[in-house]
Amino acid sequence: MLGGRSARGRLRIAVVTAAVILTACGSNKNETQKGADGSGSGKTVKIGVIAPLSGPLTALGVGIRNGADLAVRQANEAQKIKGWKVVLSAEDDTGVPDVGANAATKLSDDKAVVGVVGTLNSSVAEKVAPILNNNHLVMISPSNTNPSLTQGTDPNHKARPFDYYFRVATTDAIQGPFAANFAYNDAKKRNVVVIDDKKTYGQGLALAFKGQFEKDGGRVPTVETVEPDDKDFSAVLSRVKRFNPDMIYFGGEYPAASLLTSQADQQGLKVPLMGGDGIYDPTYISVAKQAAEGDYATSVGAPTDQLPTAKAFVDAYAAAKYPDPYSAYGAYAYDAATVIISALAQVLPDQKSITDEVRPKIRQAVQDGSIDGVTGKVSFDQFGDTTTRILTVYQVQNGAWKPLETEEFK
Amino acid sequence: MSDLVQQLVNGTVLGATFGLIAIGYTMVYGIIELINFAHGEIFMIGSYAGLALYTYVLPGSWTGNPWVTLPLVLGAAMAASAAVAVLAERLAYRPLRNAPRLAPLITAIGVSISLQEAVRLFYPGGKNVAAFPRIISSGGFTVGGVTVPWTSVFAVVAAVLTTVALDRFVTGTRLGKAMRATSQDRETAMLMGIDTDKVIVLAFALGGALAGVAGVIQGIRFISVDFHIGFIAGIKAFTAAVLGGIGNIRGAFVGGLVIGLVEALATEYLPQGAAWKDVWAFVVLILVLTFRPEGLFGEQVAVRA
Repeated sequence: MLGGRSARGRLRIAVVTAAVILTACGSNKNETQKGADGSGSGKTVKIGVIAPLSGPLTALGVGIRNGADLAVRQANEAQKIKGWKVVLSAEDDTGVPDVGANAATKLSDDKAVVGVVGTLNSSVAEKVAPILNNNHLVMISPSNTNPSLTQGTDPNHKARPFDYYFRVATTDAIQGPFAANFAYNDAKKRNVVVIDDKKTYGQGLALAFKGQFEKDGGRVPTVETVEPDDKDFSAVLSRVKRFNPDMIYFGGEYPAASLLTSQADQQGLKVPLMGGDGIYDPTYISVAKQAAEGDYATSVGAPTDQLPTAKAFVDAYAAAKYPDPYSAYGAYAYDAATVIISALAQVLPDQKSITDEVRPKIRQAVQDGSIDGVTGKVSFDQFGDTTTRILTVYQVQNGAWKPLETEEFK
Repeated sequence: MSDLVQQLVNGTVLGATFGLIAIGYTMVYGIIELINFAHGEIFMIGSYAGLALYTYVLPGSWTGNPWVTLPLVLGAAMAASAAVAVLAERLAYRPLRNAPRLAPLITAIGVSISLQEAVRLFYPGGKNVAAFPRIISSGGFTVGGVTVPWTSVFAVVAAVLTTVALDRFVTGTRLGKAMRATSQDRETAMLMGIDTDKVIVLAFALGGALAGVAGVIQGIRFISVDFHIGFIAGIKAFTAAVLGGIGNIRGAFVGGLVIGLVEALATEYLPQGAAWKDVWAFVVLILVLTFRPEGLFGEQVAVRA
């Protein structure tokens, strides 16, 4: 009896200890940030990040956070904003719109936050942008590509829905047709099955591809829609196979795309898969292995490690010893944060505190600003879209993404 | 014709995995009337245990031979999943055995989140999708226009063998009889001298082991794992368990097959089928529950005074 009781006691202690360890791990990040907050002299201004720091898209989200973090660190070291210290406040949206909305509300409640870098997903941005816009927080996304975020839902009557929303990524209205032209003219594909994952990003991209590909003279015999969280695509692939496509175009992200291409291979459907920036990730290859060979992806901008301007970023990132790679959008997040910081450098030095009058000035400074970023020149048109429309086609060759061509889309 | 057969094959393979996970739900529910929402994560743990053994323990020279590695990976996955299931029962559910039903249910959700986060935080590279070793070659065979990958053959064979073994155990052994007795009436079973605590642990362990097998099947078929796979699989398997009649082991497996087949056939024959296949799976569930509320095979749960 006694023994039994002490065993139970020990179990309880074990559980409590485990719980404490788990909580401690969860809050580590915040503590270091608080430390940084208190140590500086002068006034503090915050830049938020909203990106998936957990969940299937973590690799991309962490790259965004680290990119923004690097820009903030460098701004503080160089004392870019006179009398002010910049603090990064990163929130996890897990890639889910409602979670992103909560993060946006939380950042809006913090009066020291003036701008946000993020989100990764267009679907999350649809919920986040209105909240930040109402609270007059500048939002710059490194990766949202859905056109409606800047130009409204009606392509014939473009109207900017959110004055405070900007992005450094080229939209799908450009990426999709760019991919279609490559598929038709360079890869000489004529019969392409289009699959999307019913998310804002995937569906928008897939439709933009289909429109241009058919205009070019290609055929799209069927458009299929799949669940992004699914693992088994054999049923839909059996169906697709009968259309004898010479390529599959997938509007979606790498977790589903890597399974699609390997299961297509297993079913004897050995044609390349093409996708957008959502599949341009090393994980796509590490999962699909041989089946990924020959597959194509387009991505916004030029390859980070090949840009002469990005060399400083790549070196600084390595020197900062982040445990995770900067992934596809780290450099874009760095540029997005830099745009906000240089706007702050213009506006804040005359200010005693962050008041409601300051926010429109910051927004205007971002709108009018133009910087030479690590990904190229960064400036915005009247919709908040980047004026740089450079895209790159990549292909998987010998187990790695190789850039095939980088072009300015006209 | 070959379209139909191909989709029947696809559906069966998919459904076999759902069925295997569903059995774990149904066994636990049958005995303590707890919907163990952490069961999907126990399946995920199985996948990771198999991956960990292959990556960190097995010597590189063995990895080319599936006849050696596959049983070892399966064993590791079953052991790990069973151990985690038993641990969850011991630490989280047993203290709440006599609490109102809502308490263990919420605890189960808590266990589910804890397991997901534990893998995400502590498994090396757990934040991202991880590649699962190709223990079975990615090829297959084709008969009359129907393609069947070897991995699918393995999935169905493994699922059917484990289910039949479990069914034999429950219907044919003394311990199995004790399980059935406990499921019918726990108090009377206790009065008859059955150690019901032990039976409950056994139910969790067996359900866990089956989920471990499903985890390896998942890894081998989809050559990747991530900490999130338990969620969708858990929901589908739970649906399968209810469809087959909760508490009923054979029913759970058949329920899994039905859901797999509905999804495959909906994808093929209904407009925008792939986008709506989950809806059709739930429509079937609603129809069955409307006309046969006890599920296809009838519920088998404890009679409570």
